[in-house]
Amino acid sequence: MTLNEVAVGGTVKIARLNGAGPVKRRIMDMGLTKGTEVTVRKIAPLGDPIELAVRGYELSIRKDEAAAIEVA
Amino acid sequence: MKEKAVKIALAGNPNCGKTTLFNELTGSDQYVGNWPGVTVEKKDGRLKGTTDVLVQDLPGIYSLSPYSLEEVVARNYLVNEAPDVILNIVDGSNLERNLYLTTQLLELGLPMVVAVNMMDVVRKNGDAIDAAKLSKSLGCPVVEISALKGEGTKEAAELAVAEAKRGVKGERPHVFTGSVEHALAHIEESLHGKVENATSRWAAIKVFERDAKAIETLKVPADIVAHVEEHIKDCEKEMDDDAESIITTQRYSYIQKLTADCFKRSPRKPSTTFSDKIDKIVTNRILALPIFLLSLCVMWWLAVAEGGPGTVLTDWANDGFLGDGWHLPFTTHEVDGKDYDAAKEDFAKAEATVKAWEAGEKKASVEDEETGEMSEEWDIDEAGYKAAKEVKEPDPSAYGVWVPGVGALLGDAMDRMGVGDTVKNLVVDGAWGGVATVLGFVPVICVVFLFLAFLEDCGYMARVAFIMDRIFRKFGLSGKSFIPMIVGKGCGVPAVMAARTIESERDRRMTIILSTFIPCGAKTVIIAMFAALFFREMWYVAPLMDVIGIAIIVLGGIALKKSRFFAGEAAPFVMELPAYHMPTFGGVVRHTWNRVKGYMFKAGMIIFPACVFLWFVMHFDFSFNLLEDDAIDKSMLATMGGWFKCLLYPLGLGSWQGVAASVSAEIAKEQATATLGLVAAGMDGASTAAHITNLFASFVPAFVPDASKGAVAKLIAMSFMLFNLFVPPCMVAIAVTFREMGTKKWGWFAVAFQLFVGYTLAMSVYQIGMLAICGSFGFWTVAALLVDAFCLWAIFRPAKKN
Repeated sequence: MTLNEVAVGGTVKIARLNGAGPVKRRIMDMGLTKGTEVTVRKIAPLGDPIELAVRGYELSIRKDEAAAIEVA
Repeated sequence: MKEKAVKIALAGNPNCGKTTLFNELTGSDQYVGNWPGVTVEKKDGRLKGTTDVLVQDLPGIYSLSPYSLEEVVARNYLVNEAPDVILNIVDGSNLERNLYLTTQLLELGLPMVVAVNMMDVVRKNGDAIDAAKLSKSLGCPVVEISALKGEGTKEAAELAVAEAKRGVKGERPHVFTGSVEHALAHIEESLHGKVENATSRWAAIKVFERDAKAIETLKVPADIVAHVEEHIKDCEKEMDDDAESIITTQRYSYIQKLTADCFKRSPRKPSTTFSDKIDKIVTNRILALPIFLLSLCVMWWLAVAEGGPGTVLTDWANDGFLGDGWHLPFTTHEVDGKDYDAAKEDFAKAEATVKAWEAGEKKASVEDEETGEMSEEWDIDEAGYKAAKEVKEPDPSAYGVWVPGVGALLGDAMDRMGVGDTVKNLVVDGAWGGVATVLGFVPVICVVFLFLAFLEDCGYMARVAFIMDRIFRKFGLSGKSFIPMIVGKGCGVPAVMAARTIESERDRRMTIILSTFIPCGAKTVIIAMFAALFFREMWYVAPLMDVIGIAIIVLGGIALKKSRFFAGEAAPFVMELPAYHMPTFGGVVRHTWNRVKGYMFKAGMIIFPACVFLWFVMHFDFSFNLLEDDAIDKSMLATMGGWFKCLLYPLGLGSWQGVAASVSAEIAKEQATATLGLVAAGMDGASTAAHITNLFASFVPAFVPDASKGAVAKLIAMSFMLFNLFVPPCMVAIAVTFREMGTKKWGWFAVAFQLFVGYTLAMSVYQIGMLAICGSFGFWTVAALLVDAFCLWAIFRPAKKN
């Protein structure tokens, strides 16, 4: 499963990050690293992006970017 | 002996309270500059109560990665300038992510102090931080502060100064696991003596990450890079991940262990904080968009609505404070049952009656100063004429406490000094007019930025991007691009400046280029005049101009996104949604003042001389004689317009009047209508409106059959209007664009793009219109069609994949 498929309110653990380059590095810099627990807080009113709770703060990423994050 | 000045660099995440701390430490003794070549701001200030301690505020960053502009600027500064000490501000209520940057800063090998900020929030949440333990683990002093409350800030700065003098003493932590540390030790050894010693751990990690930019800056020899590649590959194989990800993951693992040790989090129920409650409402699926629109309406009313504070202040600044003068509020009273405005109107009517009667006419009307529209006509007779002659100009001081404006005072002073009209006009209209143009925008900028600073500081701006991103990224912009465009409906100057809130350099530049296409308040004057003069029976022309503006933004965004200037580096939308908090009054005011100051001193330096120059060429001939207002056809501008008229020939405006009106529109867009009135005054007709109609009729080429002359005159009017609405905005907005784009090259790019759009639009409408109306077909028709084809290609071609 990837992060964009997780229902609102669901908490998952990051298994793997696909992709490379600036976007991947930015996502990891913000604390979304392997083994981190993430909660999907909500989806924006127009369906994209999504809001996550990670490491005690709120982060917003697009569904495209979330699709590159494998979770368990 | 005088001691060397100590440089303290403030580093930390965005929203960690860095700016608050900077203001707290430096007081008012600070100045804002730009980093060379980029729009990232650099702030310097002197530590309060000292003469030899300089505090430098770095851009707020999450990491020292090579991928974002702010980060590269910050790390180049830290590595190349080597400040004496780093004061790392850490948000105590968001410890894990903030310490991530800390681990990177420690590797630079510079003296460092960690200040855990927002301790008031931490304590309120019932959490606790063990500063002593943290200090021991990080190998540098750790202090607890609250920048907002002013707690511990002075001590933090003093500690930083002491640390700078002491040098690096404690042992910095080994963040990574055995095999990575082993590889790093090996790289460090290979680099020994090749790069500057103090930063060797930093260099080793950069080589391990294969950070090309850092390897180049540090001048790491290529053979070393090749030599250590084997070790990096071994590590990657062992961890089944790429080197960059290994480093990032292990940093966070280290921090997790560290915070488990030093940070006691009190148990609390989820979703009960103040921030969560607000967020539930403002990003609610149904309420989010209405709330956002409501906040836009509030801003619209504040800044540009008729009767709102922005307009009232702007009118007061332009006509009152900088112009003739103004009545002190609450002191005004009526004379003979009329207030001052009514008396002034009566006087204008009487003047028009006298003038018309003396010219032998039977009807009179007055003209609106701003739109050039004529009032309804009234009949006049001899009795009316005699009565009108008796009406005296009202004396403002009879209607209340009258405060003369600076413009009026300057004029009086000139009169008293007995200087000639030429000098008086040069000083009052030319020079002071230029200053007044610059200052006239200050009220609206203040109002817009007080509101924007509030939205930004309270945390709502990030939610705006969150809500709107879906729509705007379709044409290459960011969710935050919507704000400048709405502000742009009122005035392009604060709109361009509002783009500051967009972090991505690429999105920011595109927003700046595009946001001034929305017809602003001054352009609305042009639209109103042309709609009234030429398109009375076509009600849809005025709203159509807004639609065209929006279409240009959407299509222009799509075309620019596909062009090589903006292609590549797709800006990731990975954005922190900071907790909501009530901004402080001082913070918001300071935020606003910094922008206004930047506008006045940086943009003003371009606008002022340009205004004076344009005024000069409009009012003087080549023998340097001051001209009457209606003798503009003898001015230098008219002569120079004659030289360049061929440039506007493809638009049907090949005359010096067309050039002169378009050039003067660059001082302020509404000036186009005034200049048209002046340059047309030589023609037959009683009113300005008739002058302008006749002027456009005279532009119609001779070969057009009589039956189509009316339609072609309208076509030319349309071409003129489109050209002036969609070429680069007024000079003030251009100057601000140059400043905000960061480099001259990008400034020129914006102007060239806007010129291309305006010119293409006017040329296409005129050439295709001529083809439709009277079947004229020629070189320029083909040229227009070719340019249109190019535009369609630029918009609809498939985007290049990276």
